[in-house]
Amino acid sequence: MIRLALALLLCLSAPALAAPEAIVAGLSQNRVSITADFDGTEILIYGAVKRDAPAPQGPMEVIVTVEGPATTLTIRKKERRAGIWINTEAVHIDAAPSFYAVATTGPLDRILSDTEDLRYRVSPARAIRAIGLTSEAADPAGFVDALMRIRFDEDRFRLQQGTVEFVEDTLFRADVLLPANLTEGEYKVRIMLTRDGKVIDSQERVVGVRKEGLERFLNNLAHQMPLLYGLLSLALAGLAGWGASAAFTMLRR
Amino acid sequence: MQLYLPIAEVSVNAFLILGLGGIVGFLSGMFGVGGGFLITPLLFFIGVPPAVAVATGANQVVASSVSGVLAQFRRKAVDVRMGAILTVGGFIGSAIGVWVFRLMTSLGQIDLFVQLSYVLFLGLIGAMMLQESLRAWFRSKSGAPVRRSHVHTWVHGLPLKIKFRASGLYISVLPPLAVGAIVGFLAAIMGVGGGFIMVPAMIYLLGMPTKVVVGTSLFQIIFVTAFTTLAHAVTSQTVDILLAFLLIIGGVIGAQIGARVGVRLKAEQLRILLALLVLTVSFKIALDLLLRPTELYSVMPGMLP
Repeated sequence: MIRLALALLLCLSAPALAAPEAIVAGLSQNRVSITADFDGTEILIYGAVKRDAPAPQGPMEVIVTVEGPATTLTIRKKERRAGIWINTEAVHIDAAPSFYAVATTGPLDRILSDTEDLRYRVSPARAIRAIGLTSEAADPAGFVDALMRIRFDEDRFRLQQGTVEFVEDTLFRADVLLPANLTEGEYKVRIMLTRDGKVIDSQERVVGVRKEGLERFLNNLAHQMPLLYGLLSLALAGLAGWGASAAFTMLRR
Repeated sequence: MQLYLPIAEVSVNAFLILGLGGIVGFLSGMFGVGGGFLITPLLFFIGVPPAVAVATGANQVVASSVSGVLAQFRRKAVDVRMGAILTVGGFIGSAIGVWVFRLMTSLGQIDLFVQLSYVLFLGLIGAMMLQESLRAWFRSKSGAPVRRSHVHTWVHGLPLKIKFRASGLYISVLPPLAVGAIVGFLAAIMGVGGGFIMVPAMIYLLGMPTKVVVGTSLFQIIFVTAFTTLAHAVTSQTVDILLAFLLIIGGVIGAQIGARVGVRLKAEQLRILLALLVLTVSFKIALDLLLRPTELYSVMPGMLP
């Protein structure tokens, strides 16, 4: 009897537990190869909203984030001492994403509430996890602001509000440009669906960024056989120097 | 044409790098300086990480020096014996320099230390050379009798004298050893070959004729920078062979042209030009220290030491 009741309860609650709207998403590519002619690439994130019931009232919004591998960082600040500008204070951050892009259907502060932002770490300011922050500085917040400013300048951080487009109410696409100065590793792509500032459903995908071909070979050689690599560099230098000298002597004759 | 550099991890314009190498190679061939004090700041400027710029710059200097020294060899303008002694001194000084460099890094402020030594040494040597070479130039113009190439001082009273045939000198090995050591020390700290210190030191301290100085300096720079390149490749893996390759192609061609132009110029003119170049770089670095930077903060990968 109890079992039957439980089963009944499960049946009843199942549709309620599942989100009324869900995302089905895909990527144009799930790996990026850094080769000699690599000059940045664009990844296309596309998807559709799946519904079991008619669409609820109110606008539906989509947020796409692309986050590069986290690295440790040191941020230094210059101050004037005895007439010259020198590094004085430093702040050390354990893990900050090397790349972070947000693409949305509208202004981020309107389509995502503060509490949800805090929970999902969507906005760039929240994405920099300053938890492992060790500092001898009086004002660590100023350093985190500076990091944001520098990253945005370098194109490593990007906020593309209103660039995600809806096609026929349920289909959407977002283009995110990955710059040339990429750090190797796994790039986490999140696709979130929001209504009234609340995240209804989210999906995650991964794009692997890796050096390939000559780039991979040279990188491996430099790190695995540094002495051989160094000697190779010297041999190249010596040979090129001699070659140019010999060529010019021939030309002069 | 954009090219992605495997170690520096940036995408650069290949022709820009070729041109950069060419200009520095030209100056290198003309003056007998390695060009490290030019190439390294230029690479910073186009966005190559400092550690990679220093190590790869050293590699490029090896190539342009080899190219330049071969041209000088044909003119019999290399004092091999002097070069060898300077190199021995250079290794000793460089080993001490690397140790001091590590000490300064652990104390913090290595950047400031490097910048200040650039300003100080480039400024001092540039001013001294400019003053001396201008005076020599005016003297040669007015037709006054030229002073003897070197005067006898206490330096010539030191023991262990050796004949340096190519330089026309008969002096003790101790002063060249000391000059080599001082240059090697400064080179390790400033991350350059040290030609801009070596050239005036050979002219003014050792009394070598200017014609031999360029070739001998290049000869010595090959060994010091080869040592530096290898040390960087092994300890920090910061030599970017692709970047070096582009710089080298531009550099070796530039060095050949530079060596030919250098022959046409008078020794005093050559020294005035080098002095002006050295002073310009010194002035630029001094400005960086004195003016308020546009961005007060800087982001570096890695942990605090």
